[in-house]
Amino acid sequence: MNTMSTNMPLSAIGIGSMCQVVSLNLEGLLRRRILDLGMVPGTPVQCIRKSPAGDPVAYLVRDTLIALRSEDASQITVNLTKEF
Amino acid sequence: MTNANTEEHRKILREHFGITTSQGQFTVALAGNPNVGKSTVFNALTGLHQHTGNWPGKTVDNAQGNFTYLDRSFLMVDLPGTYSILAHTVEEQVARDFICFGKPDATLVVLDATCLERNLNLALQVMEITPKIIVCVNLMDEAEKKNIKIDISALQKELGVPVIATAARNGKGLDDLRQGLYEMSTGSCIAVPRQIKYSPEVENAIQQLMPNISRLIGPNLNPRWVALRLLDGDQTFIKSITHYLDLNLHLTGLQEVAV
Amino acid sequence: MNATIKPMITLEEICTEAENFRLSNPNIGDKIVSDIYANAEAIARPAITKKISEKRSWDHRLDDILTSRLFGYPIMLLLLSAIFWITITGANIPSEMIANTLFAFQDQLLTWFEMTGAPDWLTGVLVLGMYRGLAWVVAVMLPPMAIFFPLFTLLEDLGYLPRVAFNLDNMFKRCHACGKQILTMCMGFGCNAAGVISCRIIDSPRERLIAILTNNFVPCNGRFPTLIAIATIFVGGMFISELQTAVAAVVITCLVMLGILVTFAVSWALSHTILQGEASSLVLELPPYRKPQLGPIFYRSLIDRTIFVLKRAVIMAAPAGAITWILANTYIGEISIIGHLAAWLQPLGYAIGLDGFILLAFILGLPANEIVVPILLMSYLSTGQMMDFDSLEELRNILISHNWTWLTAICTMLFCLLHWPCTTTLLSAYKETGSKKWTFLTFMIPTAIAFIVCFLVAQSTRLLNLV
Repeated sequence: MNTMSTNMPLSAIGIGSMCQVVSLNLEGLLRRRILDLGMVPGTPVQCIRKSPAGDPVAYLVRDTLIALRSEDASQITVNLTKEF
Repeated sequence: MTNANTEEHRKILREHFGITTSQGQFTVALAGNPNVGKSTVFNALTGLHQHTGNWPGKTVDNAQGNFTYLDRSFLMVDLPGTYSILAHTVEEQVARDFICFGKPDATLVVLDATCLERNLNLALQVMEITPKIIVCVNLMDEAEKKNIKIDISALQKELGVPVIATAARNGKGLDDLRQGLYEMSTGSCIAVPRQIKYSPEVENAIQQLMPNISRLIGPNLNPRWVALRLLDGDQTFIKSITHYLDLNLHLTGLQEVAV
Repeated sequence: MNATIKPMITLEEICTEAENFRLSNPNIGDKIVSDIYANAEAIARPAITKKISEKRSWDHRLDDILTSRLFGYPIMLLLLSAIFWITITGANIPSEMIANTLFAFQDQLLTWFEMTGAPDWLTGVLVLGMYRGLAWVVAVMLPPMAIFFPLFTLLEDLGYLPRVAFNLDNMFKRCHACGKQILTMCMGFGCNAAGVISCRIIDSPRERLIAILTNNFVPCNGRFPTLIAIATIFVGGMFISELQTAVAAVVITCLVMLGILVTFAVSWALSHTILQGEASSLVLELPPYRKPQLGPIFYRSLIDRTIFVLKRAVIMAAPAGAITWILANTYIGEISIIGHLAAWLQPLGYAIGLDGFILLAFILGLPANEIVVPILLMSYLSTGQMMDFDSLEELRNILISHNWTWLTAICTMLFCLLHWPCTTTLLSAYKETGSKKWTFLTFMIPTAIAFIVCFLVAQSTRLLNLV
């Protein structure tokens, strides 16, 4: 039985993979905005696509596509649920 | 208790929000997330009878339009599209202040049928401020294309407020919307919004704060919601309360004595 | 019955109480949002039935193409260039038609004034000054605005614009600016005042200011006729006639690219000097692609833009026309005031590769960029009223006979691209920033850059004996 936690930053999630939000290490307005969009702990998130420049990356959260820069995504800790 | 006809209400609208209404005209606030087709609903209901400007003292767009239904005239105020009204940006503050202190006769919250959960966030927040709310589930045609079916009556039962399905782009559901707004504004429809259930710590804190809040604020605002704002440390809200309710505080102060 | 007087609790006391709760529960704000969403889930899930399809949706496949490494940028450039091109070429015929109508009416006005025996100076100020200025601005600005903004709104309603910001955010991030700035720059192409107002879509105040301060480096529809005319005559004129338009198009494209480059450079500079700060974050929603409502968009856009152009024509262009006429027809000695001013400005103008008349035309064109060339021609030909040219050949002859060289052409185009914003833009900047200081900088930064760039180009060209 594998009890190892697969916690990692959201920025490390590959395209197509799914994960679950664990915690947000963000401050201020950015934190509030991301929470308001529904990225609260426990929410499933899927990594959908990268910008042609590599950054930002678009994630599917509660049926909405939201693009985040990698610096900010790296501050969101998630638990990998399904690797693509 | 409709306040469409009170001079005082019209004065508040004029002086604080820069909104001029005619005698007996109902005010309807239009809220919703960005990209839900709110402007489509606005344009469909008000047609060419609209004008745009800014909210007084702020660089935030304000659009107003009017329409008549049956025998009454309505002024629809298009609030900025916001994901929530916990008021962390100017747009959210403007929307919050108008719904809360502008006391529209009805607030119409437009939701996107294809991402209902996220949109409900705003609807639930507005439901905490005022019971005079109508929920409009728009973009039903988009939902159909994506094979999403929504049980509107179940939603209505859960929320406790009128829920009207529309595809504003195709003109569907607009008459029901007008009817709903009419009934809400005239008071023939009374909604009992479902109360949001918070986790124990939050509920506990709310219960502790509520009695004092009720005493101070009186029937003007929902004390539960005020408690939540204060718990959240919402500075702008405190400023808004002192600004808009300054007059009323004196009155309630006097009433306390004769207990 | 005893009346108990309870002390009135104050708002401050309640706030302190709430504050205490907050301090003992630091994440209570997060909890509240989480709870609301938990409620939303509980309500929504039972009410929704979704049929999961294995096929990738339309949106997904479209995005695969529009944001791909291979096709993303080319398609974007193609779409935006298409809109710009349609605007510029599509506006030609309507502009001409409106100009013909309005100027024909001017002749009618002249007749009426003559019939009523109005004094020459009055006719001059009102008809040849005010009305002419107004007519010019409407003829030049209205068609492109009426084409560009509806098209742009179409892209917006389609849902494509956030993809543009998505594709380009990385570049803006390096300048510590926001990817949404590209959208404000596109709006600036239509009209810089509209571009400045559109900066509201940028959430961070710092990045919004950067976008406002640099918006003017994208040439607006009012400046394009000037750029196109000069590019066609002077650069295109050096090639055979078949290539003329193509070459002119290349020149214009280069100018626009230069404007964009300057935007990035200045944004970067501002982020590292007076508008210092770390790059703020981007949280960009990419909505699903939707079929836009063609009818209402075009109609509403048309009305809005027409009203805007007319208002601006009356408020800015008409007085500018009147003042210009007065300056051109008031004589001190043998020379008109314009002549005197041009002579006075000559040294400065020459230093930056222009001449006194050109510099004066730009200065008098502060209220509206459309009247710069008309004022220039008026001054050159001493006709006392703003002039149009019947053919590019005619314009070429006039300019050459006033000592224009290819250097003059280039410096004029550069100055036109980079110089101060028009008064409507400055006014919008003031309303958006609420600050005189930032409005002043909105004026100063482009001005300084225009002078410096033109000076360097002119001096180095002359030094190298290239002209």
